[in-house]
Amino acid sequence: MSADFPILSLTIWLPILGGLWVIFAGRRVHDGAVRNDALLISAATFLVSLLLWQGFDNATAEMQFTERLDWIPAFGIEYFVGIDGIALPLVLLTTFITPLVVLAGWVVIKDRLSLYMGSFLLLEGMMIGVFSSLDAILFYVFWEAMLIPMFLIIGIWGGPRRVYATIKFFLYTFMGSVLMLVALLYVYFKGGSFSILDMHGVVLTLTEQQWIFIAFLLAFGVKIPMWPVHTWLPDAHVEAPTGGSVILAAIMLKLGGYGFLRFSLPIAPDASMALDTLMIALSLIAIVYIGFVALVQQDMKKLIAYSSISHMGFVTLGFFIAFEVAAGTQSWDAAAMGIEGGMVQMISHGFISGAMFLCVGVMYDRVHSRQIADYGGVANTMPMFAAFMMLFAMANSGLPGTSGFVGEFLVILTAFKANVWYAVLAAMTLILGAAYTLWMYKRVIFGAVGNKHVEELSDIDGREKLILAALALTVLLFGIWPAPLFDMMHASVEQLVHHIAQSKLP
Amino acid sequence: MNEMLTVLPEATLTALACLVLIIDVFRRADAVNTTFWAAVFSVLLVLSQVALYFPEEGAVAFAGTFVLDPMAAVLKSFMLVVMVLSFFYARDYFQRRGSTQTEFYILALFAGIGMMVLISAHNLLTVYLGLELLSLSLYAMVAMSRDSVEASEAAMKYFILGALASGMLLYGMSMLYGVSGTLDLGELAVAVGDDSRHLLFTFGLVFVLIGIAFKLGVAPFHMWVPDVYQGAPTPVTLFLGSAPKLAAFAMAIRVLADGLGPLSGEWQTMLVLLAILSMAIGNLVAIAQTNIKRMLAYSTISHMGFLLLGVIAANAIGYAAAMFYVIVYAIMSMGAFGAIILLSGPGREADRLQDFAGLARRNPWIGFLMMVLMFSLAGVPPFAGFWAKWFVLKEVIAGGDAWLAAVAVVFSIIGAFYYLRVVKLMYFDEPDAASVPVDAGEDARFVFSVNGIAVLALGLLPGMLMSVCLAAMLVSGA
Repeated sequence: MSADFPILSLTIWLPILGGLWVIFAGRRVHDGAVRNDALLISAATFLVSLLLWQGFDNATAEMQFTERLDWIPAFGIEYFVGIDGIALPLVLLTTFITPLVVLAGWVVIKDRLSLYMGSFLLLEGMMIGVFSSLDAILFYVFWEAMLIPMFLIIGIWGGPRRVYATIKFFLYTFMGSVLMLVALLYVYFKGGSFSILDMHGVVLTLTEQQWIFIAFLLAFGVKIPMWPVHTWLPDAHVEAPTGGSVILAAIMLKLGGYGFLRFSLPIAPDASMALDTLMIALSLIAIVYIGFVALVQQDMKKLIAYSSISHMGFVTLGFFIAFEVAAGTQSWDAAAMGIEGGMVQMISHGFISGAMFLCVGVMYDRVHSRQIADYGGVANTMPMFAAFMMLFAMANSGLPGTSGFVGEFLVILTAFKANVWYAVLAAMTLILGAAYTLWMYKRVIFGAVGNKHVEELSDIDGREKLILAALALTVLLFGIWPAPLFDMMHASVEQLVHHIAQSKLP
Repeated sequence: MNEMLTVLPEATLTALACLVLIIDVFRRADAVNTTFWAAVFSVLLVLSQVALYFPEEGAVAFAGTFVLDPMAAVLKSFMLVVMVLSFFYARDYFQRRGSTQTEFYILALFAGIGMMVLISAHNLLTVYLGLELLSLSLYAMVAMSRDSVEASEAAMKYFILGALASGMLLYGMSMLYGVSGTLDLGELAVAVGDDSRHLLFTFGLVFVLIGIAFKLGVAPFHMWVPDVYQGAPTPVTLFLGSAPKLAAFAMAIRVLADGLGPLSGEWQTMLVLLAILSMAIGNLVAIAQTNIKRMLAYSTISHMGFLLLGVIAANAIGYAAAMFYVIVYAIMSMGAFGAIILLSGPGREADRLQDFAGLARRNPWIGFLMMVLMFSLAGVPPFAGFWAKWFVLKEVIAGGDAWLAAVAVVFSIIGAFYYLRVVKLMYFDEPDAASVPVDAGEDARFVFSVNGIAVLALGLLPGMLMSVCLAAMLVSGA
């Protein structure tokens, strides 16, 4: 394969075109063929993305696999894609999770199967597009277009309150995004280019930066989501079908985190520094307060949704603590550790939350209830499943040896250098996370068999084993040996930190 | 260029419209298709003339009353294309009702002449002439189904309010003429430029602006829009909501930019108010509607408000943005009303929102295209409607009004809700028990497919049309 073969474009467009193919050709063939096609396309995308990994040079912070074509020449808008060490792990996460989601919907989805599978493939391509866009308008197009398939997924295959949840989801994210568009256009007029890399260098006054930062915050804060704009997430998660919840938690939330790293920090570094206390406060509220909220949930999906918000608080904490750390230690290397911790937390949360939602999905498919009270003693009838879920529950509470530990540990460690109290508050998650996850686990899995539904449960079949085993393996692998992840992102994070260390004020 | 050549399309269309009128009188009673095809070929012939004599630069003819510039040619081309497509939608609608109302095509042809004259007007009287020819044809079209109470009421309202607006426009023009002593838009601009502080100019401007605002249907001169859109037969609404918007936009540019350019400081402020009011009223009131034609009427009001934001920029790129917006809007609006026509049938009008319930299950393809249109109207990428909004927003921000852009996007979020509701009805709800299969004809389905795919294609590759609009506006030197 020649060096200039557009592998990255292939990773973006293979699932998008494949998804359209599945939607429009799928109606004429039987469901088995639709499933096979969808799995084949998503698996092929995963393999292609492995080529990206294989060809990726860890040593440089430059954008790699770049492709640059004119799109709207009249305004200098380009089809400009490329990835660095921050985008690559997220692209790989996306291509890894999607085949599992296709498998998860294998037998449960009976209504309009081709639209279901096609929507997920479209979603996959667009999410990869977001991670690899280097043109602000291209980024925005992918970012918004992504809402459409998700809107349909929640609205068509969701639970009883699906319409409310999906419209709330759409309007919330749309609100944040359009203001981001205004901010992007503003930066364009200051700098004269839509290239994101050029935007990083645009000189802006502090007031301008603060307005831009707030517009970005609305877009990314809603997506990630941060307290207090998180309320769409529990609704969307609870009502979405299992596959939808997995994609939402595992990847879509990461788009917000990615946005902070790609836009907020580099375009408005001085505003980020000026407003970092606000960001840290919001993150800590998310970690502690939402942790308590998770504790009292009766619905398993809702509990995991709140746990996601709490965990994502770590991500934003890790990103925005950098300035205080740098001020305290006079060393930006320590700040880089916080950002890397946030990144690892994002990837790890992708695996763990995806796995947790799949576990709930496994039980929901059999009993059709998400209420904790409807279960009890599942371990008696589903021992294999109980073992898998044990691992994921432990990972969710941040047990050393699982990937959940690495990111949280790094962020807490960095927080110590900034302010001991940040670290103390953040560390509360180790208690709270363990409390809500394990308490739920205990009530659902252990104890005497709760009712006759549980008594009739059958253990997971080969398909479910495959999905959970794949996730279990990655959770353990990155828990024990996270080095490849760090190697991949180190150069890029280093460069980002050096960039934000420079004031952009005129 | 030869003076006659500049008006060749208009002259041809006038002759052909009269010819079609005669053909229609002498055709066999059941041969409704004869009139239809005659009308279609007339428009196509005129379209080819417009394309053939596409001007490189502006040319004024007939003592400055008529101008043929790239802007006029582009707008006329799109107007004629929209006309042809609306004929196909209309034929399907009338055919399935067994109606023989071929007046539709003839009146539309005369309205077409009016629009072309209006687009090319370079004199206040030409503006008025084109506008009245257009309006009178439209009044008659709205009143076409004379047995329908709603249609008669709508036509009455439209006529009375339209006459009032025309009166205002004329009054304003008379004042402008009284001070400057000229009707020519170019000379008027010079006269205004010499004495832009003259109070009567501002006074005249206000009245002229009311006339324009009425034609565009922007708040607070929007009262006729919902009633007329709802009451008129759907093909008439489709026609009314698409092609004349292009002409009304041209009128705004001709009068405001060409004729009253030196007063831009004055009309910018007025337009900002009109735009914000339109976006607010249009988007908020649309949420409360249960009739989709009425909902789309309020959506029109909000879109026209958004379009005005481009005009506010008061420079060639801003006008180009508004021009792109109005072209894209005409295509989207035609598609949305087209879907209503496809779903309607003999004795039933699919104009309630509920009629769209479960459409994705009943007819996945039409459902999909309608979803594309709705997301496009809401301004979600990757559809054409997004680029229209994007282009206008970009120019608003370029003009230094970031706050205005923020207001505009906030209203678009509110607007997104009612478009989403249509998608929700089509995709999430089950078909009504009373719903019947879609029985529209093949050609109407085909036109609808072309229409929907055009919105998608313009969304993926908007660059060409943007360049066309930019080039047209830069050459026209507005």
